[in-house]
Formats: sequence, structure tokens, C-alpha cells
Amino acid sequence: MSMNTPLTLFDKVWAAHEVVQREDGEALLWVDRHFVHEGSFNAFSQLKARRACVAEPGRTFAVADHYVPTRGSRRVIDNPDIARMVRTLEENTSEHGITLFGLDDARQGIVHVVGPEQGLTLPGLLIVCGDSHTSTHGALGAYAFGIGASEVAHVLMTQTLWQRKPKRMRITVNGRLSSGIAAKDIVLAIIAKIGADGATGHAIEFCGPVIRALSMEGRLTLCNMSIEAGARSGMIAPDETAFAYVRGRPYAPKGPLFEQALEAWSALATDEGAEFDREVEIDAGEVAPIVTWGTSPQDALPIDARVPDPAREGDAARAKYLREALDYMALKPGTKLTDIAIDRIFIGSCTNARIEDLRAAAAVLTGRVSKVPGLVSPGSSAVKRQAEEEGLDRIFRAAGLEWGESGCSMCVGINGDVVPPGERCASTTNRNFRGRQGPGARTHLMSPAMVAAAAVTGRLADARPLLAGHRL
Amino acid sequence: MDKFIRLTATACPFDVANLNTDQLLPARFLKLPRSAGLGAVLLHDLRFDADGRERPDFPLNQPAWCDAKIVVGARNFGCGSSREAAVYALLDYGIRCVIAPSFGDIFGGNAVENGLLTATVSEAEVASLMRLLGEEPRLPVTIDLEQQTIKYSDKAFGFVIDPVRRTRLLNGWDSLALTASYMDKIAAFKTADRARRPWALPSCNAVRDGSGDRLNDAG
Repeated sequence: MSMNTPLTLFDKVWAAHEVVQREDGEALLWVDRHFVHEGSFNAFSQLKARRACVAEPGRTFAVADHYVPTRGSRRVIDNPDIARMVRTLEENTSEHGITLFGLDDARQGIVHVVGPEQGLTLPGLLIVCGDSHTSTHGALGAYAFGIGASEVAHVLMTQTLWQRKPKRMRITVNGRLSSGIAAKDIVLAIIAKIGADGATGHAIEFCGPVIRALSMEGRLTLCNMSIEAGARSGMIAPDETAFAYVRGRPYAPKGPLFEQALEAWSALATDEGAEFDREVEIDAGEVAPIVTWGTSPQDALPIDARVPDPAREGDAARAKYLREALDYMALKPGTKLTDIAIDRIFIGSCTNARIEDLRAAAAVLTGRVSKVPGLVSPGSSAVKRQAEEEGLDRIFRAAGLEWGESGCSMCVGINGDVVPPGERCASTTNRNFRGRQGPGARTHLMSPAMVAAAAVTGRLADARPLLAGHRL
Repeated sequence: MDKFIRLTATACPFDVANLNTDQLLPARFLKLPRSAGLGAVLLHDLRFDADGRERPDFPLNQPAWCDAKIVVGARNFGCGSSREAAVYALLDYGIRCVIAPSFGDIFGGNAVENGLLTATVSEAEVASLMRLLGEEPRLPVTIDLEQQTIKYSDKAFGFVIDPVRRTRLLNGWDSLALTASYMDKIAAFKTADRARRPWALPSCNAVRDGSGDRLNDAG
């Protein structure tokens, strides 16, 4: 590549981390930040088996999020298996000198909320974590992706990782976002358009006027769900919004170092004329509030649509897919989405539990009552404190919802907070897979405002009429 | 890690697109240590009903396929969560190879780290193999990683696998073995990078108490 070849944001961040480039196409990449959580115990076991130590404990940060209780007191964890998971993380991090944002720490929360919040996530960094939603951190212009336990062990031992360079995909969101449409609607529209494997093997860059206008919270939601289209990562070029977000955060560079960083970060944006392997464009003006009806995030439709009818599907494989999804979801073909009654709601997860998400849900719930039970689990303990300062917790409680603690909670259900079998849940989470929220649970994904609208109407509903006259 | 060179075995078809790792290993079993063996909970909620009884229509529960060492899957096999335990569960059950039109990115990486072969073939080839397995369930299927071919009945066709992953599987190498020869380069990179990007280190000024309280001063 000549000096003058225009480069993408992704190319630039990748190049800055190449320790070794082999002829077979594999590169050894330097890792700037490595996040671990309770689920990383398999990797620590591998270290123990090899009698190895952690190469860079100062670049490794641990958060207790996957298994921690999110309802009631957390001083004592009743379930011995879950208590053991949290304790094992404490032991492993203490043994290896890794900073832990544990249950008793004011900074505790979901790893993908905490990283950006604490200034650990910065533009231009390479970030990994044993969790597929690590793509979230790309919202700040980092190359961030999820890895498995063996790779976690490799990073712990060497602070590097072998990778083959993914292809580059640019998703441009043109036009203007209509009122009441959130980042979640954009990303569900994108996944519905390109499919759950539409970006497999690609690093996505999100561009266009709509992305530029998105808040940091919205960008984090968008990049978070890149993995649901199969992408290795999702990235957004760092700009004033990102710089302002990072400035002054606890682990962010300070003073002259921050000025030096700003200069480096400003040069990261994709060069004019840089080539992408694939281009996708969507018009934001055509994006309506979206909900999922099936068992993959790609099964997403505008709220005014009807559930698909396999009988009207010409392709036999597609018809089978629709039948199986509808069967699991207990939905009749052709049902209007707004006729689907729900049993409970969940507001939480690394996708949609930041302060802006809670405000959006609260705007719909203000002065209203939820027709179904539900749990609100803030994205981090800091988000929880902020929401309480703003009085959002009182709005949720007055609506009859439970105001919980921060953690992965009912998004993945491994802390015991699950949707009971056969129940239908409107959820701000990222995966409507079979049994994701608990065995037999039926999940409909949507934005926080749409979940709030589902709560107050007891069925899937358009949030926009409910927002009229309310402050967003 | 066990080498993978060639294998002749029974193949079990799973005609489910986007078969995600939450299906391969439901989250509530992630607490189990690997030493417990995860084969019994592979695909648990698809294999067993709510009362823990085998669902007779599920492929792995059929006598012809319960001892399969090969899985024939649909597109985007292993998408979703990064849980490597999904690969452990397949291996612990006895599966050594998955043939599918495409795989989840992270799943593919986890597979090679543990000696599970992911063989990519076209949608048409998967469909024809699945059809044949429906007619002749015990049909022996041979995967030859050296030749990069799949053979059954009188048919033979190639499959796609990343050449580096192929070499690693053939030799039973894990990635750490490879990295060990580059430790000096890593040390040199670290030093140079620190001078080039001093801002990339976590700031040491972070204070513990209440540091996460300022969330939104950026507007």
C-alpha cells in the first residue's frame, strides 16, 4: 500500500496494532484494553493449568455483571452457584492484580456500559472481551470485538491476539430521523435488511448525516448490535461528540496528553476515496418504530405491519423458517403486530440501559401505569445514581415497574432473572433467540420508548402517539 | 489439542438456520466447569422437553444419529454469543466436525482453538447432503482435511477452510504455541507503541470513589 492510498477508519486502527504480519495473512495484534467478567473463568483456568501469569494487568479490567443479582439486596447472594461465580472473579482478579469493578464498587455495571463511562474506551484503541457485544465500544472509534475463552487466555498471557483482517463494509444512513425513532430502530432496520449473517466477516463503519447527529448513547446502541448482523465489529469515526464524551472521564488521558490524543483521534476518520468491500445505504426517513416478531433479530418489522404468513412465502426453506419461528413465538400468521398482547417487560442490557434510554422510557411512562409487570435494570450503578437524581426511578415505580440493580440481568438470564416459560416479553435487549431470556420465553426486541409503550397498552404499540406532548 | 486429519463417521443433519450458541449451550449451563463434561447438555432445550424427556423428533435423539461425529448445519451456524462452551459441548458429545454454508465469526475462532473442524460448503451441497441423510441416515461421510474433501456414496466435493486454521487443525497447534516465537517482537512493539501513543494507556489519575458519578456533562 503506498503512502497515498486512502484508508478507512478501520484500516488505520488495525495498522496501528499490527505487531507481526505473516505471509499467510494472519496478523498478531496488540490489545489496548481487555475486559473480563465472571464468565471468563474458563480462561483463568487455562492460565492456572499452564502456571502462566497475566502479561498486562494494568491494561486488563474486570467487571462483575453477567451473574450478579439485579433484584433485591446484593449483600448476600442466596444461590451458591452464582455466589461462587462472583467469588471466583474476585479471586482470579486479586491473584493477578487486575482492577475489579465488583459488586461493592460504585463503578460496577455492565462491562459495555462501564468501559465508555469510565474513559477506558477511547478512540483508536483495540479492545477485546469474552463477550460478543464488545462491538459496542466501536461507537467511540475503537476496533472492538468479542472473543472466546481460549482467545481470552491468549490475551491474558500475551496482550496480543491472532486475527485475519476482516473485509470492510460501510453502512451509510442518509436522510433525517423522524421524531420518536431511536438508534434501536435504525439498527433493527439494518439487520432486517441485510440479515443475521449479512455482515459476517466484515468490520462495519456506520456513516452519514444520521450517524453524525446521533448522541453517544445512540451510537453505542448501534455498534452494540453490529454482532447481530454477524459483523466482527461496528465503528463510528470519532468526532466532536466522541471527544466531548471522553473528556474528563476517570481513565481518559488528561491535560497535554489529552491534546495529543485529540490530534491522533482527529486523523482517524476514513479518507476521501477509501474503498470498502461492500456498501449499504439506508434512508432514515423510511425507518419506523420497529419490533421483532420471531426468533432472530433479523425477524424485525415496522410496528404497523403484520406477522408474516408462511403460506404466502414462495421459497420452501424460507416458509419452513417462518413456520418454526411463529410456532415458537405462538403467533398466528398475518396477525397485526399491534394485536400481540404481552405478559411482561424488561428495560436493561448493554444495548439499551444508558441514561438516555431510561429517559426515553420514562417519557412514555410519566403519569401512566404499566398493565404488565416488569423490571428496569440500569446499565451501570452510575446510570442508576443519575436516574435517581433525575427522578426517573420514581416514574418507573409509580408505573408499577420494579427498579433494580445493574447487570446483564434478564437479557441473558444467567443470574436467575428470567422470563417464565411461555410468557411474552417486550424487551430492550439484543437477542430474541429461543429461550434466551429463559427456557420457553418469547422475546420481542424494540427500543426503550417502544417497550414503555408496550407496558402501558399491554400489547405491542407505537410509542409515538404516547410521546405527543411529552418531553423526550 | 487433538489433531484433525480425516474422519469417517455418521453425520447428523440440523436444518435450522442461524442455530445460535444459546441453542448449542443454554446460558444456565455456563456455570458448569469444563471438567464436568458438557455433552449431556448440548442443545439441551431442543433435545429435551420441559420435563427433561427426550424429544423423539429431534435428530440427535434418533437412534441412527445419536452417535454422530459430524453435524450438517444450515447457514450462520453458531452465531450469537461468544461462549466457547458451545464448542466444548459439541466436542464433549463427540462431534468433531460441523459442515455448513457459513458460521458465526467468533464460533469459527473458538472451534479451531479446540480442534473442531468447521467445513464451509455451498447451500446446494448442504441441501443435497441433508436430503441424502434423510433417505439413508447411517450413510458414512468422510471428511479429509489434508485433501480438503468431503466424500459420501459416490460423491466427492471440496470444502472451504482458512488455510491457517487448516494447518493448525492438521497439526493440533493452539495459537499460544505460535505466539511463543514472537515474544521479542511483542516487547519491542510495546516499547515503541508507548512512545507513539502515550495516551493509549489508562490514565493513572483515576480515583476510586464516586468516579463514575459524572455521566452526562458532555450533554
